[in-house]
Amino acid sequence: MMMRRLWFRLADPIDTPLMGIAALLVLIAMLLLGSASPERLPTQCGNVLVALIAMRIAAEVPPQRLMYLAGPIYALGILLLIAVALAGDVSKGARRWLDLGVMRIQPSELMKVAMPLMLAWYFQKRENAIRFADYGVAAALLLLPVVLIAKQPDLGTAILVLAAGFYVIFFAGLSWKLMLGLLIAAAAAAPFAWGHLHDYQRARIITLLNPESDPLGKGFHIIQSTIAIGSGGIFGKGWGQGTQAQLEFIPERHTDFIFAVMSEEFGLFGNLLLLVVYSMLIARGLMIAANAPTLFTRLLAGAVTLIFFTYAFVNMGMVSGILPVVGVPLPFISYGGTALVTLFCGIGILMSIHKNRMLVQK
Amino acid sequence: MKFSQSPILSQAVPAWRSRLVLLVLLAAFMILVGRSLYLQGFRNDFLKGKGEARYERVLEVSATRGRIADRHGDVLAISTPVKSIWAIPEDARLQPAQIRELAQLLEMNVAELSRKLASDKDFVFIKRQIPPDLAERVAALKLPGIHQQLEYRRYYPAGDLTAHILGFTGVEDAGQEGVELAFNDRLAGKPGSRRVIRDRRGNVVEDVESIREPQDGQDITLALDDKIQYLAYSMLKQAIERHRAKAGGVVVLDAKTGEVLALVNLPTYNPNNRERLIGAQLRNRALTDTFEPGSTMKPFTIALGLEQGKYRYDTPIQTAPGRLTVGNATIHDAHVHGVLTVAQVIQKSSNVGSAKIALSMPAESMWDTFDNLGFGTPLRLGFPGEVGGRLRPWKKWQPIEQATMAYGHGISVTLIQLARAYMVFARDGDLIPLSLTKVDAPPVGGKSVFSAQTAREVRAMLELVVLPGGTAPKAQVAGYRVAGKTGTAHKIEGGGYANKYVASFVGFAPVSDPRLVIAVMVDEPSAGIYYGGDVAAPAFSQVMAGALRTLGVPQDAPLQPISATATPDVKEEM
Repeated sequence: MMMRRLWFRLADPIDTPLMGIAALLVLIAMLLLGSASPERLPTQCGNVLVALIAMRIAAEVPPQRLMYLAGPIYALGILLLIAVALAGDVSKGARRWLDLGVMRIQPSELMKVAMPLMLAWYFQKRENAIRFADYGVAAALLLLPVVLIAKQPDLGTAILVLAAGFYVIFFAGLSWKLMLGLLIAAAAAAPFAWGHLHDYQRARIITLLNPESDPLGKGFHIIQSTIAIGSGGIFGKGWGQGTQAQLEFIPERHTDFIFAVMSEEFGLFGNLLLLVVYSMLIARGLMIAANAPTLFTRLLAGAVTLIFFTYAFVNMGMVSGILPVVGVPLPFISYGGTALVTLFCGIGILMSIHKNRMLVQK
Repeated sequence: MKFSQSPILSQAVPAWRSRLVLLVLLAAFMILVGRSLYLQGFRNDFLKGKGEARYERVLEVSATRGRIADRHGDVLAISTPVKSIWAIPEDARLQPAQIRELAQLLEMNVAELSRKLASDKDFVFIKRQIPPDLAERVAALKLPGIHQQLEYRRYYPAGDLTAHILGFTGVEDAGQEGVELAFNDRLAGKPGSRRVIRDRRGNVVEDVESIREPQDGQDITLALDDKIQYLAYSMLKQAIERHRAKAGGVVVLDAKTGEVLALVNLPTYNPNNRERLIGAQLRNRALTDTFEPGSTMKPFTIALGLEQGKYRYDTPIQTAPGRLTVGNATIHDAHVHGVLTVAQVIQKSSNVGSAKIALSMPAESMWDTFDNLGFGTPLRLGFPGEVGGRLRPWKKWQPIEQATMAYGHGISVTLIQLARAYMVFARDGDLIPLSLTKVDAPPVGGKSVFSAQTAREVRAMLELVVLPGGTAPKAQVAGYRVAGKTGTAHKIEGGGYANKYVASFVGFAPVSDPRLVIAVMVDEPSAGIYYGGDVAAPAFSQVMAGALRTLGVPQDAPLQPISATATPDVKEEM
């Protein structure tokens, strides 16, 4: 009796469809990791457990509480990013980590959640009275952390944070004219931005256009992954049978390039299946957004859902050679704890919004 | 009230915005599907091929080079497996402590090792050809990016003893000198190949199939007898040290088979460690260096005289007053002997007597004889740098040349040519080809140069040389009858004869049925004594004694040597 009540209490805020889809993705992740790097399975199980707890906690927090937290979380994120810029640990040429003595954290990861929270809160505050100047304020709130992250440099995370913020602004009703104007401005700024890119970032873009220009160096990742994907064929080589994956020809095969392992071993059908699962996740997310009761929750749910999409699209695009190589993992599938915790926090937020959809707060 | 009509939804997302988002999402995923279809559907075969090219390799499987053994099967050259340590610098990100450990194990400089590991190449050799047990200790360190490959290293157990005859191989296992070069085609195997699957680091993960089995090289059994070789080496070394000579050589031939039983040159080198090698050590003098043989040529002149019927062993020759003027040059004897028999011309080594005999014969017949004996033409044993020596065409000969050639000046030979030519006396006037490899069936009759009668007569004369009253009693061997001839030649330097000598002795034993021909040459003895009978003959005697015993040749003389001390030494002419 006690157990049943505890179980009901625990399962109360859980959205079954979302949970089912996330479980399916985690299952696929374990399957692929078992082929690409079986020795990492136990660690990843631990990561999943931590992520699930984070999700459960996020699901417990009502959206109103989240709204109060938006400002402080955002401010904390900015402070931490500044701290990283001033005293962060340098690893592989980038300053991304902050050593807190007990643990090392990556504040840019926090920003992926804080950004949509903050902007959604801002537009909620301005509900019914959104003026043009508000987009300016939103843009400033968005660009400050994005620039800090891009300077680390961590282009992948910067793009994800930028996308998260942009989705909120877009759903809040950014006008067509403004978007067109931004697009033109971006195109005009591109040559200028090119000059500000790091050499390795520029090299990645050149490599995308012509991987054979440096087959052993910069083009290596893309060439190896396209070969792995292509040699998978329609049905794939079978689990654990991918020669490119098993012989270590795929670089970063358990993290950012795990999609290449999937493609080689499960072929076109595997890829389609994965896309279907992601589509289900996004569909469920958008459904929750559409049914959300307040502007804040709608914007937040929409942004979180589209973040999932962005992760998936950018990662699969870069691994299959149609986007430049930036450090974006395949959501829910790539090995690693930090991203997984962030993503499951997103799921938790969606669940919380869904659970509180009928509650009207005055 | 329906949920969607709730007043709080006043700020609903406009429908067209949602549709646009859905459209963009759909389009994005369709791009991914399209890309996937393109790569996996249309480019599948091409990319599959490229993938296979990345992991499939055809590896060469090296064949083992044949062994070289002496006539008893004792191994003289063998290929032993060794490992070479190489690295993929990109993978080899080592801690400073690991680099120190590796450097210490490989006896390398830490800075040098670090430099190699910092290379931007994909492949660097760290150290080549280290012993397998050391390689195992390196492997036990389990360092990332550090790999090993199997190679073979040539090892010569007898070291400097057999250096010149065996030669050596280069890093790629090809013969560069000596037998290793001469017999390279037989010794070198044919490498095979295998198809294997390798991972990105180059480790062989799976052995798929053998395309061609490697064929190991053939073993070579040399005619060489390592005991006689050792004997020749140590006796020559002793002679060179005692007489403070510059260099020297010994050749031991089997008169029955033409086999080269020993071939020694000094100075020599250790073929297992050729780091500090100089040219003088490398020279296979017995084959590549010519010298004026001096008096050792006299027996051939005499033999020709006997062969033509002009002389008998007891034909008297007037050698007084110890000099002979030919044109505007004069030939000298050191001692005035008066009338000598032909046999005594050999025994006392009279230049005047030899010259007179030579001058009484046509130049053409003398040239023919020398040519038939192999002078002037390389032996073609397959060694690099073999030379033929100097034998001018007879039509250009001046009378004085013909006279001096009779006692070995104005002509140059190699030691092995000289030894081989003496086989005509050790055999019954015929000459057989030399063989570096073991001969199973002795050749039946060679090229006849002199009649058996002539050969026997000269043999008897040459025996007088080692008897009391001859020039080389020190060449005697207890229990055996020995025959031979001394040579003491002035060296030519800068166009004239310098005050430097080449002392030699060529001889054979046992006289009743000659089995061995041995030639000893000592270059520039500088301890005061320089006569062939004093410098080369003792070494000859020691090598001959030991070799005959080793081969178990039956004795043909009383055990006590005929004492040479009772009679004064007879010095040969120069």
